[in-house]
Amino acid sequence: MTAFRKVWYMNMENTPLLEMRNIKKDFFGNQVLSDINLTLREGEVIGLVGENGAGKSTLMRILFGANMIRETGGYGGEILLNGEVQKFESPFDAIEAGIGMVHQEFSLIPGFTTTENILLNREPKKKNLISEIFGERMNTLNRGEMEKKAADAIEMMGVNIDPKMVISDMPVGHKQFTEIARELSKEQLKLLILDEPTAVLTEKEAEALLDAIRGMAKRGIAIIFITHRLQEILSVCDRVVVMRDGYIVNESPAKETNVGQITKWMVGRDVKNSGAALETRNHENARTILSIEKLWVDMPGETVRNVNLEVKEGEILGIGGLAGQGKLGIPNGIMGLYPSGGKITFDGKDIPLNAPKKCLDSSFAFVSEDRRGVGLLLDETLEWNIAFPAMQIQNKFLKNYLGGLIKWRDEKAIKVVTDQYIKELAIKCTSSKQKAKELSGGNQQKVCLAKAFALEPRLLFVSEPTRGIDVGAKALVLDALKKFNRENGVTVVIVSSELEELRQSCDRIAIVSGGKIAGILPASSSVEELGALMLSQVI
Amino acid sequence: MNEKAINKKEKSWFGKLVESYGLPRLIITAFLLLLLILAPFVGADLPTQVSNIIARFSWNGILVLAMVPMVHSGCGLNFGLPLGIISGLLGATMSIEFGFTGPLSFVMAILIATPFALVLGTVYGWLLNKIKGGEMMIATYVGFSSVSLMCMMWLILPYKSPNMVWGLSGKGLRTTISLEGYYNEVLANFLRIRIGNLDIPVGTLLFFTVLALGIWAFLHTKTGTAMTAVGSNPTFARAAGINVDKMRLLSVVMSTWLAAVGILVYEQGFGFVQLYMAPFYMALPAVSAILIGGATVNKATIMNVIIGTILFQGIVTMTPTVMNNMIHMDMSEVIRIIVSNGMILYALTRKTEGAK
Amino acid sequence: MSKKTGTKTIQKGKVGAFLQRSSVPILFILICAVCIPMAGLSPSYLINEIVTRMGRNAFLILSLLIPIMAGMGLNFGMTLGAMAGEIGLILVSDWQIVGIPGMVLAMIISVPISILLGLFCGKILNMAKGREMITSYIISYFINGVYQLVVLYLMGSIIPIKHSSIKLPRGYGIRNTVSLLEMRQKLDNLIPLTIGGVKIPVMTFIIIGILCLVIIWFRRTKLGQDMRAVGQDMEVARDAGINVERTRILSIIISTVLAGIGMIIYLQNMGNIATYSSHSQIGMFCIAALLVGGASVDKASIGNVFLGVILFHLMFIVAPRAGAAITGDSMIGEYFRVFVSYAVITVALVMYETNKRKAKSMESEQLKQEQLEEENK
Repeated sequence: MTAFRKVWYMNMENTPLLEMRNIKKDFFGNQVLSDINLTLREGEVIGLVGENGAGKSTLMRILFGANMIRETGGYGGEILLNGEVQKFESPFDAIEAGIGMVHQEFSLIPGFTTTENILLNREPKKKNLISEIFGERMNTLNRGEMEKKAADAIEMMGVNIDPKMVISDMPVGHKQFTEIARELSKEQLKLLILDEPTAVLTEKEAEALLDAIRGMAKRGIAIIFITHRLQEILSVCDRVVVMRDGYIVNESPAKETNVGQITKWMVGRDVKNSGAALETRNHENARTILSIEKLWVDMPGETVRNVNLEVKEGEILGIGGLAGQGKLGIPNGIMGLYPSGGKITFDGKDIPLNAPKKCLDSSFAFVSEDRRGVGLLLDETLEWNIAFPAMQIQNKFLKNYLGGLIKWRDEKAIKVVTDQYIKELAIKCTSSKQKAKELSGGNQQKVCLAKAFALEPRLLFVSEPTRGIDVGAKALVLDALKKFNRENGVTVVIVSSELEELRQSCDRIAIVSGGKIAGILPASSSVEELGALMLSQVI
Repeated sequence: MNEKAINKKEKSWFGKLVESYGLPRLIITAFLLLLLILAPFVGADLPTQVSNIIARFSWNGILVLAMVPMVHSGCGLNFGLPLGIISGLLGATMSIEFGFTGPLSFVMAILIATPFALVLGTVYGWLLNKIKGGEMMIATYVGFSSVSLMCMMWLILPYKSPNMVWGLSGKGLRTTISLEGYYNEVLANFLRIRIGNLDIPVGTLLFFTVLALGIWAFLHTKTGTAMTAVGSNPTFARAAGINVDKMRLLSVVMSTWLAAVGILVYEQGFGFVQLYMAPFYMALPAVSAILIGGATVNKATIMNVIIGTILFQGIVTMTPTVMNNMIHMDMSEVIRIIVSNGMILYALTRKTEGAK
Repeated sequence: MSKKTGTKTIQKGKVGAFLQRSSVPILFILICAVCIPMAGLSPSYLINEIVTRMGRNAFLILSLLIPIMAGMGLNFGMTLGAMAGEIGLILVSDWQIVGIPGMVLAMIISVPISILLGLFCGKILNMAKGREMITSYIISYFINGVYQLVVLYLMGSIIPIKHSSIKLPRGYGIRNTVSLLEMRQKLDNLIPLTIGGVKIPVMTFIIIGILCLVIIWFRRTKLGQDMRAVGQDMEVARDAGINVERTRILSIIISTVLAGIGMIIYLQNMGNIATYSSHSQIGMFCIAALLVGGASVDKASIGNVFLGVILFHLMFIVAPRAGAAITGDSMIGEYFRVFVSYAVITVALVMYETNKRKAKSMESEQLKQEQLEEENK
């Protein structure tokens, strides 16, 4: 326990508002939270920071009684509110107990006004004769009272928004404030969780929000503020809590720290853990095989703006960055899965955008991060999954009859190639005829790789290759990629949220922040350097 | 106690069967078998009954087969079948109008219907590509609109053949046109087998087989594979460079053309061309037949078509006879309505697995 | 709705938007304007007809509003209510309770049947979210089968039917037509009023007026508010603690009950029941009329109902005559109005589905613009 916390406890005369003791959580054996202890007093603002996957969201879900936590086996440890142990059966229990949460996704009815949304399902009502008979859902809404309550909540927030405006006509920032006002309108509210609330705000709006946070804290509401914008944390929070790999690695009063230090805590690894890149190769003199100029991609949640990037022949380039910053948009945009614009040149030839076929014809291949949605034909056999793109793009695994007029599926050739990849990548399955949906996540990922390998590409994009698969499979997948690169001379671009993974497999790492390339560093660079880039232009 | 144990054991065996075969299909099969067993006892002649089922199968098979391409490409059940039927009717009436007779009139009807089916199918497919996700409802109403539009057309178009227009006014087509002298039973009579009361229209069955094999073969080609992938997961297909809209369009055109041919085959068995509101209600029986055969909103095989058509037509032909003889109450129509629409409801409410 | 892609909504020209919304009514005004002179019908005849049809149909069409509010689209399952109403009327005419008491009793009988059918329909629709319309459409066929089973086979054999005037000669089942002579227009004529040769069904209008007020009031209740919320975003409503499934079922039940009552009003005006066909087309005509009045799959108002009744039925009355005048064949006009009914529904459905997609493409346009601006800086 740090000296600071001792002082903290000594200063506490009454019980804290919130106390989380030894919170633990695993998803089917995969430990995501360990020994989390967190205390919060009335009117206190803490900033919760950490990389994606550090466990912030899971911790907040536990606190908010999310159904998903219970469905995955509950959590360990206990949560105390005002000294009493709480067991939330649902978010509604948490709300009842005085916890409010503003999620990353808007939860607003688009055709309702600000007032209606603020008081959604908590509208003040007037009784009437019919409701006496048919029950209280026939009570009429008390519009006057609703307006008053909404106005109070807006007033409490301290940011001026129009209570009569319809949500769908509002700028994004006002939607955010509506959500906050909704939480404030709950009389029992004692603790407010704000999950990246400034991500969608303009600079001015963000300023207003920070003021609002200060105002709310003065009224005695405790706030947990999650954001990647560290400056905001320093300016508004009393305390910074840093999470990494499911642990709270540091707690410090905001006054006593700075952005650099927090970044270090966020991304820093123990010495033994940081097995830096094995052998980073230098491809500086290799020719540029792919050049990306002024690329924009409209991928919801992963918008890319004005990206310029060059990929050298034969290298493994990593693209890293925080979730939502646009790193996933780059391969998805180039491969034509989301609307995009800009200029792509491959091997001296222009590649048209928004045309998946053209990319594949130019010997690109793509392993999508969305395995179930994009990567696989879940209802079909492994044979189909692995052979399909190669069959359609390169006319492989086909028998030609009538001078090529009839292109008949060559089941034998398909089986041969599928069996080959099943063996090579050690895909666990009953046979090549098994349906893709029956496989585990790791094995599904291997099928996706096999699908791309079967195309024999010259340039391979791999997006989040190890997301949601177990440790053993992770190593196998990364090794397979490296081997594919080394043995076949294929240029590989790996997009991943896990810096460590990029450092171990890549030659260079480009970091995306705010939809743009924040910088490119050799894979041997320290995590601190890369981490600083990740947070540099965060939106 | 003992009985309970046996029950339990049976249940697990029964449960497996239900799982693989589908409960509704099982009930319908059992019902049909029951009817077949009962038939001789209530005085119905079994060979006649079987002949009836086979005949009706041969009339309707291709109309049910027309569902397959659109289901494969993910466009759902083709409630817009009447559009294809209209193409077929145009072919039929024009072939007669141009003076073709006998078997040639059948060939010409198909040839003339083809360009109509291609054009209408293309327009229909283009429309369905604009409204992905809402295909089935819009397909239904496209079918209805086109049928009612054609009602006007049958009156207005300058048909002259005295065998087709109203005798009195000399213009406007009749509601039913006899095919005597044209292509009545041209397929059925080819290699026809008659043993006692058993009557098998081999030609029609062969014709169905050829088309079914054609579809089966198509689904084994490169394009057919792409079509199935589009239906299974459109995003996957797009990522693999497939032009999803083109595949869907192709499937709609195929469905429409099959419907056009299907109605001509139906007519040659039935002996009449039915115009005006007749195509209106032809989609629902075909839809429920393929569902009874075990297809879902996004998966269908040729086997589903064959089994479904036999089961559906079996019930339609068997219930009146057996029921009439048994309880002197003809409830067949009501049973048909409940079974066929119940089957569609069952399919619509089932979660479509995997896809998307 | 993802925050990161949130964009400013681009305000379209208001005039353009208005024209787009009211394109169907405008088209119908044009059709009627062309057809009316050709039909050669006297204005007083037309007004009489429209007033009659308004009284006959408005209640039925109003029953469609609530499911639209709850985001369940056009309730093709309103036919279920119509069947419940018919069963009520058949029983009442067998019991020979005539006039207004007969109507009231028929309504009382129809309500529990409507509630049961509505409950069934609502439950099924909850299992088929996202394809409510096609499902409710098939449900109407399915229940029609059940209705035939009851009316054609069970009535007279299990459900006692005394009078041979409505029974089929074979001893069970109901005749194709059941006369409601003793009930015919009893409601319409309860308060007799004729203005300038136009007979006004005052009492029917009063009831319709009351229903309009009830609907307006209903929108302001908690349940009404919940339905609007559920209709716009089920997930958000669920997160806010609204019982989405129950709300949706309630909207269908209310609609079915209203349709049942509406059918009784409709049939008292007609004066007889076509036992096996009265209900089958009613859903289609009501939906078409509502859409002609400018409603869409996700938005409909009371104004749409009345405008729709006037325009749709004006077309209905004049089309056969106009058709006959042009081609010399009255059937053309008959078919024309059927075609128009279907075409209107088709167009409305297509517009609804394409509008859903429009918003998406606008977002990427905006990003492209932003990029260009950035480059020009």
